[in-house]
Amino acid sequence: MSAIELEHTAGNSDRTPADAPHGVNPELSIEHVSREFTAPDGSIVHALSDVSLSIFPGELVSIIGPSGCGKTTLLRLIAGLDKPQDGTLSLAGEPIEGPNPKRGYVFQQGSLFPWLTVEENIAFGLKAQGIYRERKADVARYIDMVGLRGFEQAYPHQISGGMAQRVAIARALIDHPDVLLLDEPMGALDSFTRADLQDRLLDIWEQYHMTMILVTHDVDEAIYLGSRVVIMTPRPGRIKEIVPIALDARDRVSDEFAAYRKQLLKKLHFDAHEVHAGNSAAVAASVQEPATVSGWDTAKKED
Amino acid sequence: MSSLITDLTVPPAVRADRLARANASGANTRGGEAGSRRVFVLPYPLTVVFTIGGFLIAELVSVFFPQIAPVTFTEGELWIFLLTGQEAYRGLLVILAIAYALAGIVDLRSAQKRAYYRSRAPFRFAMGIALALWDIAGTKLQTLPQPFFPGPAKVLEAFVTDGGYIVLNTLYSTRLFIAGFIVGVVLGVVTGVLIGWFDKAYYWVFPVLKITGVIPSVAWMPFALTLMPTPFAAAVFLLVIASWFPVAFLTAQGIKSTPKMLVEAARTLGASTPYILFHVAIPNATPSIFTGIGMANSLSFLTLVISEMMGQPGGLGYYIDQAKAWSSYYKILAAIVVMAILFSLIMKIIEVVRGRVLRWQKGLVR
Repeated sequence: MSAIELEHTAGNSDRTPADAPHGVNPELSIEHVSREFTAPDGSIVHALSDVSLSIFPGELVSIIGPSGCGKTTLLRLIAGLDKPQDGTLSLAGEPIEGPNPKRGYVFQQGSLFPWLTVEENIAFGLKAQGIYRERKADVARYIDMVGLRGFEQAYPHQISGGMAQRVAIARALIDHPDVLLLDEPMGALDSFTRADLQDRLLDIWEQYHMTMILVTHDVDEAIYLGSRVVIMTPRPGRIKEIVPIALDARDRVSDEFAAYRKQLLKKLHFDAHEVHAGNSAAVAASVQEPATVSGWDTAKKED
Repeated sequence: MSSLITDLTVPPAVRADRLARANASGANTRGGEAGSRRVFVLPYPLTVVFTIGGFLIAELVSVFFPQIAPVTFTEGELWIFLLTGQEAYRGLLVILAIAYALAGIVDLRSAQKRAYYRSRAPFRFAMGIALALWDIAGTKLQTLPQPFFPGPAKVLEAFVTDGGYIVLNTLYSTRLFIAGFIVGVVLGVVTGVLIGWFDKAYYWVFPVLKITGVIPSVAWMPFALTLMPTPFAAAVFLLVIASWFPVAFLTAQGIKSTPKMLVEAARTLGASTPYILFHVAIPNATPSIFTGIGMANSLSFLTLVISEMMGQPGGLGYYIDQAKAWSSYYKILAAIVVMAILFSLIMKIIEVVRGRVLRWQKGLVR
């Protein structure tokens, strides 16, 4: 299941195909997955309803949608941090039972251990798995990869938000994951830092031919990074459409890019508008998944 | 980012000193040009003189101020010296002045040390002046009510006439404190971790902790004295209770407050549950644990002194109780001085340990 095989099948430059290529088994299969949460008032919140998605080796898939569409819930299910009520998830044929370093996860922000230095944060996974002694030399390599040499001994609060996210990425990558799951990793960054981190992520993706799934609420980011953009809608959370992206060059100001942008915004606009009503009245309900659920939970009650 | 790092490597005290010197030299060379900020900075040698000046004034007061009130000093033996409280006081002032002068010379080495020495100068000067005023009010004129507030010389006399006994009682207190406090803190951390981590332990133990914890530990004294084999064991028991509660409570709170995201991050990185307890939950709880230890510390001092005053064969509390019976208030003050030094020392040790363990917090919190 190499990237070469994929290129051959697709006849595309470095991008994997939009549609399932024949003869290639998906690396990650999500089949008829549903996840419900119970709100404090006892009402059922359908975070995900009958979602199916196949992701192929070496693909970079963006998932986009308004708050409450279940995109983070989906990513958490893939990570094994949560379990679905219905449906199955499997990675390379193996059902997903719980968290595993084979599925690296990069959180939105603030997931670094504040009492550990940059170096110790990156080495955390190796130490936790008891393989630090054999792979000690890798730590410096991954620090270099994300361009943080000279900051090894800094604590998370001493570095900027963009640097912290680079540490989080290196920390997940050092475990050699098959899939890297990114939960709005650039959501809290300014646009310059964001652009820089996007390019770094692309470099890593191209260098390692790694499968990546990126959850984002930024249309530009979804197009710029994704080989496919999965559009999700809330109430209940499900996949609305999958848009394949075939850019000749990754150029944020090209006409081609603008065309995709327009297309995606159109597709998203109606749903986004609907969700606004709910968001404005969003209450921080202590549901298991407040960030994902609260927005359209209130909207649902208004219905 | 780079400026952030450079800022971190330059402590504020150094920057202050650099700024002070820059301003001073600017004022000298430019001679108060328009717009230049003129800040008067005492030259360093004069700062040293200023620092020890207070003690020298106190010395002059002690020697030359007329002794109006009738005060008698008795001689006592201090190590190999035979001297009165008055002589001991004068000697101490000289020693303090020499020590601060030497510190001034030693601190000459670096800008940071100089800045620190400079910043302490007014306070050290004030200490000397305070001693001089106390000497006048307590010894020379005795305007303070006697025998409750003797002068500094009389307090020092307790050390020269009764020094050996004070040392003995201090050692007794220290031993008692170390035994009770350390056992209490260790037990507190262990119970706190169990309560914070295991829901069953939280359910069964936490209510008990909440109810028994608010009872001042000295309330158990009658039971402790009756049930424990020795008075020492009884006091250790009380100290253990006193320090166990705050440490257990705050440790549990610290463990409970572990962010869900950090636990999940650890799980996705392949950490097992015990590994998460020891490498995520407990490190996350350390600031809270140290808050508990700080509370336990002050409660322990209290419990220590009270239990020594009631039914211990030794200790500084016992010494105070004895001195009270003889109306020797200068001895009580001497014991209080020892307590101030001893307890500050213990707090300093805890602070140093805390600073080392929580060095990652430096710059994160005030």
